[in-house]
Amino acid sequence: MLRVQGLTVKFPSRFGDVTAVEDMAMQIAPGEIHGLVGESGAGKSTVGAAVIGLLQPPGYVAAGSLHLGETDLRTLDRTAAHRMRGKRISMIFQDPQTSLNPLMTIEDQLVETIQTHEDITTSDAQARAVDLLEEMGIRDAAARMQAYPHQFSGGMRQRVVIALALCTNPELIIADEPTTALDVAVQSQVLDLIRRLADVRKVGFMLITHDIGVIAQIADSVTVMRRGKLIENGPTAEVLGRPQHAYTKQLMGAVPPLDRRLDRFPVPEDETSPALGTAARTNKAEDWLLEGVRQNPIGLSLDGITVAFPGTRTSFWHKPAPFVALDDISFEVRPGAVLGVVGESGSGKSTLAKTLTGLLKPTAGTMTLAGADLPGGKARGRHHASRQLIQMVFQDPFSSLNSRHRIGAILSEPLWLYGLVKDAADRRALAKEMLDLVGMAPDAIDKYPHQFSGGQRQRIAVARALLARPKVLICDEPTSALDVSIQAELLNLLKDLQAAFGLTIIFISHNLAVVRQMADEVLVLRNGRVQELGAAEDVYERPSAAYTRELLSLTPVMPAEWAQHVP
Amino acid sequence: MREFIKRYEGLWLFTRSPAVILAAIVALTILIGAAFAPWIAPLDPYDLASFSLMDGLLPPMWEEFGTSRFPLGTDDQGRDMISSILYGARLSLIIGISAMAIATVLGVGLGLAAGYFGGRFDAIVMRIADIQLALPAILTALLIDGIARGVLPTDMQQSLRVTVLTLAIALSLWVNFARTARASTFVQMNKEYVQAAVMQGQHPLRVMFVHILPNILGPLLVIMTVDLASAILLEATLSFLGIGLPADSPSLGTLIRIGMQFLFSGEWWILWVPTLFLVALVISINVLGDFLRDVFNPRLR
Repeated sequence: MLRVQGLTVKFPSRFGDVTAVEDMAMQIAPGEIHGLVGESGAGKSTVGAAVIGLLQPPGYVAAGSLHLGETDLRTLDRTAAHRMRGKRISMIFQDPQTSLNPLMTIEDQLVETIQTHEDITTSDAQARAVDLLEEMGIRDAAARMQAYPHQFSGGMRQRVVIALALCTNPELIIADEPTTALDVAVQSQVLDLIRRLADVRKVGFMLITHDIGVIAQIADSVTVMRRGKLIENGPTAEVLGRPQHAYTKQLMGAVPPLDRRLDRFPVPEDETSPALGTAARTNKAEDWLLEGVRQNPIGLSLDGITVAFPGTRTSFWHKPAPFVALDDISFEVRPGAVLGVVGESGSGKSTLAKTLTGLLKPTAGTMTLAGADLPGGKARGRHHASRQLIQMVFQDPFSSLNSRHRIGAILSEPLWLYGLVKDAADRRALAKEMLDLVGMAPDAIDKYPHQFSGGQRQRIAVARALLARPKVLICDEPTSALDVSIQAELLNLLKDLQAAFGLTIIFISHNLAVVRQMADEVLVLRNGRVQELGAAEDVYERPSAAYTRELLSLTPVMPAEWAQHVP
Repeated sequence: MREFIKRYEGLWLFTRSPAVILAAIVALTILIGAAFAPWIAPLDPYDLASFSLMDGLLPPMWEEFGTSRFPLGTDDQGRDMISSILYGARLSLIIGISAMAIATVLGVGLGLAAGYFGGRFDAIVMRIADIQLALPAILTALLIDGIARGVLPTDMQQSLRVTVLTLAIALSLWVNFARTARASTFVQMNKEYVQAAVMQGQHPLRVMFVHILPNILGPLLVIMTVDLASAILLEATLSFLGIGLPADSPSLGTLIRIGMQFLFSGEWWILWVPTLFLVALVISINVLGDFLRDVFNPRLR
């Protein structure tokens, strides 16, 4: 049905034309889900945009052919292309928050779309909208349709978006990361829905994603892309079961498995940089850190921590009920252990991190660090020892480094702030060594953060945290903004650092597979409450809480027999 | 050279926009002319001995009776228009730039602190700003001018005219800076680099000025240019209304006021030359401000 051949997309820039996609080919049959997988910058979304004719200007299709059935998509003029969009090709975007108009009811949006493409009465369009929503699994659709998008949950909203994409009976739907913004439970429901629509309605799907687990779960065929080029394509079982190309193997090897713990991820770069703590490298920063850290790791404990935020006022007379983000949390982290914290969005993971670092004040409960009382919020003074001992690696590498400061200034700051190194030249030298320790070139010191990729910035963020000579490191979703291969490298780095310096790490993530690779103990959170707390092996192999079992069963994984081919 | 230009996006955009280049040339010419007025101007309009009533009301050189001694003509006192305008622009720019600078320091400082601390301090600062916004800029300036006249002894009034005028203008402009700085600070406060700095226990002043300020400079620079134009206009308005600078040390606004008297008597150049000069200056500054906004906010492009 959709045939793409030799597609080349270029973007003119002030440095001349940049080729975003080169010589791309793919075919999608009716009822087929075709996965398009690759890391960021691979050109996945650009292929989708080229097919639907919505390339971001000034980008243009430089060569190749695009056919949908008998129609040549490249020869369509503007009005014909506009008619074809929505009618024959629809699109599902990543973020259901922003792809619906917040000021229109669901009904209005559906009816508007149906009537744009078909000349039918409003009541017929409404009837069709109700049927569609019910097909999407929205109960009581006739009444729910009167609601505005913000009254729906994320998963429901994505169903509405799919209904919008479907309401004109298109032949092809381009789904650009349709489940990336959703929690695993909702993700699996949306994926089931997509699978069912492909089977029942014979709609072809182009499923753009970075998550190989998703591809393995529902795609019939798959195309692997890298840097705008086609690496490998074919039926999913073929490509993922017997990957031919080294890049595909590497990509699959970097996906953390859910069912076992790897000591290290296979990363090609490993051969060039020997692991930390081995005799092969001598590093001043390593010695400097060891001096202060290794001898005596410290533990951390929480007892009955509750964090409540003032609720939204709904009445003038009544005090609003507080919103409880963390409810009576107690746990203990042994010195030098890694505690994994997992949970879906809204489970209170980040609130926990903020409470530990003193950004938030708990409403009740006590914390201790190495046996000594650890005050929360503003009660923890600027000169409290824990300000240095507890350091944090944030989720978003693009906002966690000050973009107006050079790397040297960012890295030297903790050394200066805590009075660890008095001399500016020494600080700079130590920062350079630290860059080397986290696997970056020392000349990075005079550059600005925007000159680095997400993975490199996250390494810099780790280096900044280490330069405070911490004993406890809190990692809040440190890899969720990164590609899998970069994630694998960063996880390797964290494992090495943990082993070498005996850091106590609190590793927060929504991704159970990632936590499994890191954690000795696991804490499962849901709506601010502890669901399960125990040794990682127990939680993953013999989960006691129903919620944990549900999370584990819903996480998309590659079938074991495919994973075996990976080195 | 080409490679150098391509390295910097702002420069690259600059070379592709003729209107912006023209505005930059006009603004730069006026700025240099005003800065070096005492050396460039043919005559000193403040020196009563240097001009004579005999030369009064001469038209520009291309008109009948015009002479090349006074290329743009003279006013009723016999003062050379070019010299008056250069000196006038000098005064206007001095007042405009210093008023803008005072407003920037005051507004950014208050706005940054309001955004950083939030709560009660934020509420107080912003309510003051709201009250300030409710008063028209001219009214504020008139108020301060009136107070200064009442409080200061007469002989000081003359020597402090420029200072009072500058303060009056600055006080009516700081709100813009405070609001923008506060809004941008709120955005930055949610960024993780600020949280990292707070978490590490850095001093609030350091977080504000070392970490946040460099990141909100973009929108502030834009406001600085636009408000420079406003300050110059406000000064011209006040002088035009007669509460600015006196006729013996004229700014652009004073010159326009003097010219008004000759609007219908045939001596058009006395009004139009300083007016067009003021328009050219303000428009070119505004065009540059818009250009800066585009450079710092790529989404508007």
